[in-house]
Amino acid sequence: MLDAPVRRGDGPPSRSGRAFRARLVAALLVLVSLALITVYFRESNDGPLHAAQRIGVSVLMPFEVAGERVARPFRDAWAWMSDLLDAKGDNEELRRENEELRRELIEARTAAQELALQGEIDAYVSGPQFPDDFDPIVATIIGRPPTPYQQEVVVSAGSGDGVRRNAPVVSEGGNLVGLVTDVTDSTAKITLITDQSSSVSARVLETQAAGVVKLGASSSSLVLDRVEKDKLVSEGNTVITAGWTTERFESLFPRGIPIGIVESVGQQDVDLFKRIQVAPLVDFDSLAAVIVLIKKEQPPEPQQTAKESPRKREQEKKKKRP
Amino acid sequence: MTAIDALKAAGLVLLAAIVQVSLAEWIEIGEAHPDVVLVTLVAVSLLRGPTFGAVLGFLAGLVLDTASFGTFGLTSLLLTVIGYWTGRFGEATTRSSPHPLLIAVALASAGYTLGSAVLHFMLGLSIPASQLFLAVLLPGLAFNLILAYPIYALCARILPPRLVVRREVKPAV
Repeated sequence: MLDAPVRRGDGPPSRSGRAFRARLVAALLVLVSLALITVYFRESNDGPLHAAQRIGVSVLMPFEVAGERVARPFRDAWAWMSDLLDAKGDNEELRRENEELRRELIEARTAAQELALQGEIDAYVSGPQFPDDFDPIVATIIGRPPTPYQQEVVVSAGSGDGVRRNAPVVSEGGNLVGLVTDVTDSTAKITLITDQSSSVSARVLETQAAGVVKLGASSSSLVLDRVEKDKLVSEGNTVITAGWTTERFESLFPRGIPIGIVESVGQQDVDLFKRIQVAPLVDFDSLAAVIVLIKKEQPPEPQQTAKESPRKREQEKKKKRP
Repeated sequence: MTAIDALKAAGLVLLAAIVQVSLAEWIEIGEAHPDVVLVTLVAVSLLRGPTFGAVLGFLAGLVLDTASFGTFGLTSLLLTVIGYWTGRFGEATTRSSPHPLLIAVALASAGYTLGSAVLHFMLGLSIPASQLFLAVLLPGLAFNLILAYPIYALCARILPPRLVVRREVKPAV
């Protein structure tokens, strides 16, 4: 490109003279520039240089507008290309960010659900509905039946935690879930009240009509059987555990645990008992945690206490004597 | 320097300034833009020498400072020095030098960026060195090197290189 030489040795002025002149011009212009900078900084906004600049801007404005119009298609093309190139990187980054946010959201929701569940459990355990002579053991459901025919779940607490066979199990809200039917060190199997083998002695809260709650027509419905025809039962009544006690035996379920709501009541002349459909209060499909109710240790036999009492009384009397 | 050349060069610089303001400022990599005015100045200075380069640099700086409402004289100062230096570089370059245009554009770009940073630093503005090199200097250098040959070709067509007139010397018999 620079093959073509510039004029050299073209008569006067001489080469050194031209170089000197160039230096002089450059130095002069540098000085002028410095002077312009100085004056520009020292003068006010209404000064001559600012005014000249404003005039220059207004003179150049039509050219700039024309240039902007001509350049717009090229500018748009560049912006489009630039956006296209950026989009790939942005896409990858946004995917990562989205994944991270989704994970955080899941963690937050899980934590919120666990917190809400814990709140319900605490409210139930410390509330008046919780049976006095039982201790609660909270357990998470870790296994569900592989087929719909088995109405059993496995929980994450076992004999090592104090869970015992035949212990009643309630939901976080205190509604009846089932019974512990098998125990290992760290897990326990709970047979739900919707299992075919389950039967719970129950009564209707409002009328005290007694019966037995069993599996109904479908896997999610119950019936209250053995209720005599002369007993009054209405739709919307609450069915709770009866919790009976005799001299030799005691019901596995404590008294007053809610089981379900009466959905329909019917009776026929040929039947011995009423036909009562009950909707369970627990949604067994969405159950996440349960409370196993463990009966507290029995206090010492009353006879032994009676025997020890007079002796203690005498000892206390001796202590009081001067 | 003829009046025609001066008018052509002024037109070129004005055109370059308009392109710079209306188009080149929108093309950006990092924080750098292609500097059409600088490359045009380098091309014209290589074609016409240091005096032409210094004067043209001064005028180009004034136009840019006016169009961008910048500090009056700041760009003029830098471009005057660069125009003068490039003209001297063109005079000193021999035919055997490989790609003198690219060398001139690269050195002018680096000098302009660094000089601008120094001047702005002296005026109270600062920019981190890493940002200056990675986001401004290197992408700007790449832009200007890409533009160098097309702009030089355009300038050489408008301001054709002058031929050296060599005097014949008859050998003494």
